[in-house]
Amino acid sequence: MYRYDEFDHAMVKDRVEQFRGQIARRMAGDLAEEQFRPLRLQNGLYLQLHAYMLRVAIPYGQLNAVQMRKLAHIARTYDKGYGHFTTRQNIQFNWPKLSQVADILDELASVEMHAIQTSGNCIRNTTADQYAGVTADEIEDPRIFAEIIRQWSTFHPEFTFLPRKFKIAVSGAVGADRAAVRFHDIGLFIVKNDAGEVGFEVWVGGGLGRTPMIGKKIRDFVAKADLLAYLEAVLRVYNMLGRRDNMYKARIKILVHETGVEEFTRLVEEEFLDTRGGDLDLPAEEIDRIAAYFQPPAYEALADDPPALTARRFEDKDFNAWVRVNVARHKVAGYAIANISLKPVGAPPGDMSADQMDAVADLAEKFSIGGIRVTHEQNLVLPDVRQEQLYDLWRGLRDQGLADANLDHIGDIICCPGLDFCSLANARSIPVAEQISRRFADLDRQYDIGELRLKISGCINACGHHHVGHIGILGVDRKDQEYYQITLGGAPGEDAAIGTKIGAAFSAAEIVDAVETVVNTYLAIRQPKERFIDTFRRVGDAPFKESLYDKAA
Amino acid sequence: MTKLLKNGKTVADTWTHVTDDDAVPETGPVIVTLARWRAEHNTLAARKDGLGIRLESGQSPEAIKDDLSRFAVVALEFPKFADGRAYSYARMLKERLGYTGEVRAVGDVLRDQYRAMHRCGFDTLEVAGDVPADKLEADWQAALAELRHAYQPALRGPEPVLRQRHRAAAA
Repeated sequence: MYRYDEFDHAMVKDRVEQFRGQIARRMAGDLAEEQFRPLRLQNGLYLQLHAYMLRVAIPYGQLNAVQMRKLAHIARTYDKGYGHFTTRQNIQFNWPKLSQVADILDELASVEMHAIQTSGNCIRNTTADQYAGVTADEIEDPRIFAEIIRQWSTFHPEFTFLPRKFKIAVSGAVGADRAAVRFHDIGLFIVKNDAGEVGFEVWVGGGLGRTPMIGKKIRDFVAKADLLAYLEAVLRVYNMLGRRDNMYKARIKILVHETGVEEFTRLVEEEFLDTRGGDLDLPAEEIDRIAAYFQPPAYEALADDPPALTARRFEDKDFNAWVRVNVARHKVAGYAIANISLKPVGAPPGDMSADQMDAVADLAEKFSIGGIRVTHEQNLVLPDVRQEQLYDLWRGLRDQGLADANLDHIGDIICCPGLDFCSLANARSIPVAEQISRRFADLDRQYDIGELRLKISGCINACGHHHVGHIGILGVDRKDQEYYQITLGGAPGEDAAIGTKIGAAFSAAEIVDAVETVVNTYLAIRQPKERFIDTFRRVGDAPFKESLYDKAA
Repeated sequence: MTKLLKNGKTVADTWTHVTDDDAVPETGPVIVTLARWRAEHNTLAARKDGLGIRLESGQSPEAIKDDLSRFAVVALEFPKFADGRAYSYARMLKERLGYTGEVRAVGDVLRDQYRAMHRCGFDTLEVAGDVPADKLEADWQAALAELRHAYQPALRGPEPVLRQRHRAAAA
């Protein structure tokens, strides 16, 4: 993985001292709260319902064991012993004290981490495919370019006060999109052109929130050398023309929509004429320098499905299920990509205790040469595990309550913090997730249902990605009562789609039954081996509406 | 009382801002609004003393690109510090439109944004409030020195990290 050089170290160190000074000026009354607010947000510090919340960046989801232990240490020392992994490859601590925040940032800097630009109207943490570098279907490793973008976007003087937040995602895989690329302000797919050169296909204006939109492709190919010049052109057009009169219409998706894709593209291309061919050109030496950090580790010559694995799978039904569901194929024979579900039955999705973090750090050192990844689905990945060691890894995970074999099933729920923590929320989301996971706790039942992405947001800002859930749940406030709307048919990945609202909302007491009704309706009408999403696409919403709302039926 | 910062020093401001309602003074350098410039183009162009223009944050310098040589000052307004359009306008003026006069930041100009303004090409900053000159200058020095490096190229500030890296490697 990438390691900081002297410049990167100086950058985060200086930033901590700068923020320490700003906090001191705020506490002394020299800085008004209104002026302090964007400064603290751009250092990841929110003021939530009960306390401050610190959001720490995990750039493109990559962590090593030392960093994971540091997160455990911070959770234990400065918080209540746990952290919450988000849908943007960040981790949140819910209970830090303002007076200790600079010390936490110091701790992070010591392991090459930071909370820079994890909030505010600026370019946020750049995310990537969690299988980067280990999946067979990849053109090039997206982490290289996500790191280049991380550096370029850090403290960009021109783009620190954009109309609204700005999120970039990169994927290098062919045919699979695990990073919800089309739902980002800028989504980049690494592609090969007809001449065999590698570059980027650029999508702009995707996003969720109150106006969900799938991004639009504005360019088939941007050469590697032009990447930053092109990004800067898009950002400059957005900074100058994005709406600032209404924060709900300020994202780039609205600008692209109101301007029209063609005109927007023309404006970007015009700007690109100015930005390219100058200081922003990315020298090959810099790409090579960063790529060197992402070279594959020295893999041993091993065979797939070693006897040690097949025997254990035969003997142990639970282990076999975990391998079948949570383990993905690695590009190198004899290795495996192991997903760690952070979705145990009846617990908040994405939460992890300090002890679990330490345990995963140990397991990663023992079994995964490539470290740890964090996914936008609020799970973890150990990307480089020898297949013959999967059983030992699984036992280690099971001891920590981290061996839930529910990846991409109904128990693997994406969920925002909701009204239990968040000052924006209209309704609680965690208790709903907990109840659904209890209702569907039986794994055999989950496997019978098959792939089903369920996503819950506690308000229209959609941090829980409900628009792209096969089943989405949106918490709303109705006369001070929590209600939940169901959307069906959304999908985040290569088959990107926005879900459609199925009908009137359900009360907190009704929502779990309603989800079960949707699932049972699917089970009754599906064709052999048909996934929920495919059934929905085949039959539309009518049968679901009927079973949910037609009491006479 | 508003002070003018230039290259980190407080300097005397010889310019007068003229709003749409004010009468334009007979003599002395003035900064007028875009509306005023459009309405009184000929009279203003005939003035012997200096002429500057003030653009609101919704007014792109594109609007005056053919007249740029007439202005010794282009003042870009920050209606509130969190409205960041003028950062791009300043770069557009200097990089795309080739403007060589003074680009001035006016409006909600705060200490924590000095560095970004400097890097994006602002030459002068109008700072409101009763801050003594020496404090203002010390703030400026501190604001610029807080971050030793910069990752991305801009109009001013440290040489981008990327270039330092590869210069070091080449040497």
